[in-house]
Amino acid sequence: MSLNRMTAHELHELMLKKEVSAVEITNAVYSRIDEVEEKVKAYITITKEQALETARRVDEKIAAGEQVSPLAGIPIAIKDNICTNGVKTTCASKILYNFVPPYDATVMNKLNARHAVMVGKTNMDEFAMGSSTENSAFHTTRNPWDTERVPGGSSGGSAAAVAAGECIVALGSDTGGSIRQPAAFCGVVGMKPTYGAVSRYGLVAFASSLDQIGPFTKDVTDCALVLDAICGHDPLDSTSVKYQHPDYTQYLQNDVRGLKIGVPKEYMAEGLDPKMRRVIEEAIVTFSNLGAVVEETSLPHTEYALAAYYLIAPAEASSNLARYDGVRYGYRNVEADNVLEMFMKSRSEGFGDEVKRRIMLGTYALSAGYYDAYYNKALKVRTLIKQDFDKAFEKYDLLLSPTTPGPAFKVGENTADPVQMYLQDIFTLSVNLAGIPGISIPCGFVDGLPAGLQLMGKPFSEGTLLRAAYTFEQNTEFNRQCPAF
Amino acid sequence: MISKKDVEHVALLARLELKEEEKEMYTRQLNDILKYAHKLQQLNTEDVTPTAHVLPIKNVFREDQVGDHLPNEKALANAPDKEGNYIKVPKIM
Repeated sequence: MSLNRMTAHELHELMLKKEVSAVEITNAVYSRIDEVEEKVKAYITITKEQALETARRVDEKIAAGEQVSPLAGIPIAIKDNICTNGVKTTCASKILYNFVPPYDATVMNKLNARHAVMVGKTNMDEFAMGSSTENSAFHTTRNPWDTERVPGGSSGGSAAAVAAGECIVALGSDTGGSIRQPAAFCGVVGMKPTYGAVSRYGLVAFASSLDQIGPFTKDVTDCALVLDAICGHDPLDSTSVKYQHPDYTQYLQNDVRGLKIGVPKEYMAEGLDPKMRRVIEEAIVTFSNLGAVVEETSLPHTEYALAAYYLIAPAEASSNLARYDGVRYGYRNVEADNVLEMFMKSRSEGFGDEVKRRIMLGTYALSAGYYDAYYNKALKVRTLIKQDFDKAFEKYDLLLSPTTPGPAFKVGENTADPVQMYLQDIFTLSVNLAGIPGISIPCGFVDGLPAGLQLMGKPFSEGTLLRAAYTFEQNTEFNRQCPAF
Repeated sequence: MISKKDVEHVALLARLELKEEEKEMYTRQLNDILKYAHKLQQLNTEDVTPTAHVLPIKNVFREDQVGDHLPNEKALANAPDKEGNYIKVPKIM
């Protein structure tokens, strides 16, 4: 098997045995990028020189007999909304087309301390608003399983890069499904950790009460390894939780006996592709056969989640994105002859359609006379949705559902109607509203395209999610399949 | 229903300058989205406390100590226009 197709834990073993060097692994990844990037377009920026420099340092450390972390020398792709010191961070927006952060996000400090090798910055929907990467100001990323189709979004570049072998692991961010949905579409593992588990310092804010950074990997073991590296309290993020996270690799046990799994019936109903339903039903049988207790349950306010989400997230976004005014960084219209005109022109020319739509929606929902009817109402419904989960978790260790209503759709298929595009997030966004962890793992195929299974857990139950996901993976073959291309 | 006039007002609040066709597009699309969002009104939420944030964290304080900070030239490096140690903008008054 070529090096770029291997997992981080496999490559780590090979490096320790001195059968392969970090430089060889990094070169293998860049050769693959040379070969397929023209078709996949997963990246916005490539950082080859810096990557080879880090890889050489890892090789020196290993040669000197120094102990290295499980991520040392592992090529990792970073979503372009995570600040990287000295490396352009655009959020796939014209308004940040030239922004070079003067500091690293906390997750980058953690990865750099472990000598992970950053391959480049990946494409996304502008400011993480979208479900297909079609909202990138630069280009649309293609799904490696079928380049006529989208990779999902908003972290589509990270998911496609992992699936196409253009990196070994990747980081994305998830506000309403932006890690889990593209992971499902591209046939890889993607996790949104509990809100507050990973520092958001240096993550360009979209909706601050919902955003979380998380990993994309080829298997569950790598997911645990990346999670171990990025989790932890950070004084620079006031919403980061003071919590000593466990060693996640200890949960990689092939055993779900006695685990109580609930299947919310609202997630198996209307809008679900019948072929997707069959794949999920087979996964339920697999879990039952392995000794888990799987039962139908209910999250009665599910049908209100999308409406609540699409008021709360745009409201927070309209406030967060007020900072882009052409003054301190990013795009500025230089023809304006007073400052108000400069704000208006810089923002109008710098933001794309979807971002403007959400700023408008959020501004409206927060404006005088509508605050109670829209924003505050949505926050109350959020409480009801959270209570549904709290109640379900009194009885179940985990909840199981499809990650998406169907497999990857075609480029252009959902761009005309915003509500149609928003419906792509219907099974993922409640997890963000409730602040709980969710993981998507490959669970089969629908018409030759990958299908994703979502597992949801109580706050800080990432370990239980990993254990169930690992068991499923060990007893199925889905994650071992790669796109033929 | 949102009118084109509402869209113009919201655009001004959001510091966005919209073209005529954008005003029409956003009027239509925002109405579609708000029509969908209207289903929230079906729920009685009179006694429900709103959740702005899932964590029980209130204020987060730290010691008031001087830490590291960016040197001026690094902090100004991304500014579209500057003069000396200042960011330069068109006239305000």
